[in-house]
Amino acid sequence: MKYRMWFSIAVLAAGLAGFSLLAAGQTAKPATQTKAAPKPAPAAKAWTAPKTPWGDPDLQGVWNDATSTPLQRPNGKDKDVLSDDEAAEFAQQLEYQLSRDRRDGGPEVDVNRAYNEHWMDARRLKITEDRRTSLIIDPEDGRIPPTVPLSAEREKARAARQGANARFNAGLPENFRDFSLPVRCIIRTDSPPYLPTIYNNDFQIFQSPGYVVISPEMIHSARIIPLDKRPHLGKNLRQWLGDTRGHWEGNTLVIETTNFRTDDGVIFQNANPETYRIVERFTRVGPTRIDYEFTVSDPTTWTKPWTARIPWNRIDPQEQMYEYGCHEDNYDEIHFLTGARSREKRGETK
Amino acid sequence: MRSNYTKVAVAAGMLLLLCLALTPAISQQTPASGQFAPYRPPRMADGHPDLNGIWQAFVSANWDLQDHDAQPGPHPEVMGAYGGGPAGQSVVEGGEIPYKPAALAKKRQNFENRARADVSVDKKWHDIGDPEFKCYMPGVPRATYMPFPFQIVQGSSSYILMAYEFTSSTRIIRMNWKQEAPTPSWMGWSRGHWEGDTLVIEVTGQRAETWFDRAGDYHSEDLRVVERYTPVSPYHLMYEATIEDPQVYTRPWKISFPLYRRMEKNVQLLEYKCVPFTEQILYGPFSKQTGGAR
Repeated sequence: MKYRMWFSIAVLAAGLAGFSLLAAGQTAKPATQTKAAPKPAPAAKAWTAPKTPWGDPDLQGVWNDATSTPLQRPNGKDKDVLSDDEAAEFAQQLEYQLSRDRRDGGPEVDVNRAYNEHWMDARRLKITEDRRTSLIIDPEDGRIPPTVPLSAEREKARAARQGANARFNAGLPENFRDFSLPVRCIIRTDSPPYLPTIYNNDFQIFQSPGYVVISPEMIHSARIIPLDKRPHLGKNLRQWLGDTRGHWEGNTLVIETTNFRTDDGVIFQNANPETYRIVERFTRVGPTRIDYEFTVSDPTTWTKPWTARIPWNRIDPQEQMYEYGCHEDNYDEIHFLTGARSREKRGETK
Repeated sequence: MRSNYTKVAVAAGMLLLLCLALTPAISQQTPASGQFAPYRPPRMADGHPDLNGIWQAFVSANWDLQDHDAQPGPHPEVMGAYGGGPAGQSVVEGGEIPYKPAALAKKRQNFENRARADVSVDKKWHDIGDPEFKCYMPGVPRATYMPFPFQIVQGSSSYILMAYEFTSSTRIIRMNWKQEAPTPSWMGWSRGHWEGDTLVIEVTGQRAETWFDRAGDYHSEDLRVVERYTPVSPYHLMYEATIEDPQVYTRPWKISFPLYRRMEKNVQLLEYKCVPFTEQILYGPFSKQTGGAR
């Protein structure tokens, strides 16, 4: 039972490993609604997008992408945008499901929820302002497209990962390789695409002539994006967070990231680094909002490309970004491992 | 004849006076260095110098801030010359760090245990081993002289970002900021302001566990660092850091060296995510024993 306390971390980890937290437990259902074009929402009238002194659109500031709107449209919802009344009900349902301060699940669930709302980002209990039922705007059903058959090699890697996750969730990791990259503090939510999570949803954007830099709170890395049209790194130089190049299309920052490492869990849903493509777009649509949109494609993983849009809301400048240390005090990793060794000694197997 | 001698003598005297007059003027503009001519750096829109760029120190202070011989790594029996470190001259003003006697003993002990790690007990997690050995964020000023580049990102907000290649560490410089550090952190709490063309940063709130180098030089949670970045040419910043910690040193002390602009046409910070290099040494002892090689 006590091992379940770490379920939230495991889920967070699994999110990067390929099982979206937001999509957990939901099944696909085709939808019939008007086509949602992957275009930013129209800006409020009489507002002009600010520019930096050197003439680039100005995205500088601290932004937060938390929301309760799920990545994929939940089962039973067939509309892409809700009316006010429907939205209020949807928001309430989501808030209830996500809340960790509930006491209606019995002792075992309570233990899991000991990692309670105190630790969580309260902004994640609110749906997006535009009352959408999914962050995915394309395809129309608001869901990640089905996967194509995987190569034998990738099926094998996926099964190995599932085995490791199962050992971890059972409280019996064999060694540090059984942990996901977030638990190992190698990458966390600093890896694109940026998806809302349970906490630390802050991003600070810095700009200088020729660069945009996105600094996600978790973990402390800086994604430095040159805008000078230089070529990507050579194909034999791969990085955990890939290699990003950007340019402006009107007021929109368009960035493409390549050169990802091939390690398990680096790319969303373990897409194939050889064929994966990710393009992200950042558009300042108002004084306090950026629309963040990403399109991913990988013909060897999904049947078609898909696109999501997530609002980034400006937060009070006094609410600072703080350092997110991780590896430096990763006591959990030792606790998991020493716990597993002592359980083995007692002959426990699950 | 005589008048010629007089002319030469007068000219020489004037030249000497001119030199004497110029010398202090030059040294005022280029602190801690005599080798740069007066320099007016390019400006940002706010009128302050533009420090944007990818910079790197080329001193061996990460092995030892003070004078040091060339040295093998901690395990030459397996690493050969691969673990070796270059000789270097002290970057400390006056040569020596003014340790209190007891603190000097701890520094020596740090050095003896620099390449060890023991994370089996939470409370002793940080007791031994160089944080660099364990791939922890290096703190300030060590981040500046790690043998890796870093990038200054200066725009039009009240923040300047410093991004370091080593373990992808970053710190935000809050300009003219009043609020104190809310809690200690590995890279500390940096508040900046301009003094003429010099960016001055006060760094407080650093975790006590960071070190200054592989020689075991260290500090306590009372560390206060004041850094000064002064552009002295299109390609150089002079760097100076004053280090104060009454628990550990008898007086404040200062280090200085130039930072060089990285000039490669395609230069960019790459990743040095070293966590995976440390996992076996930190967590390996707690792996499942299967009786055979895995």
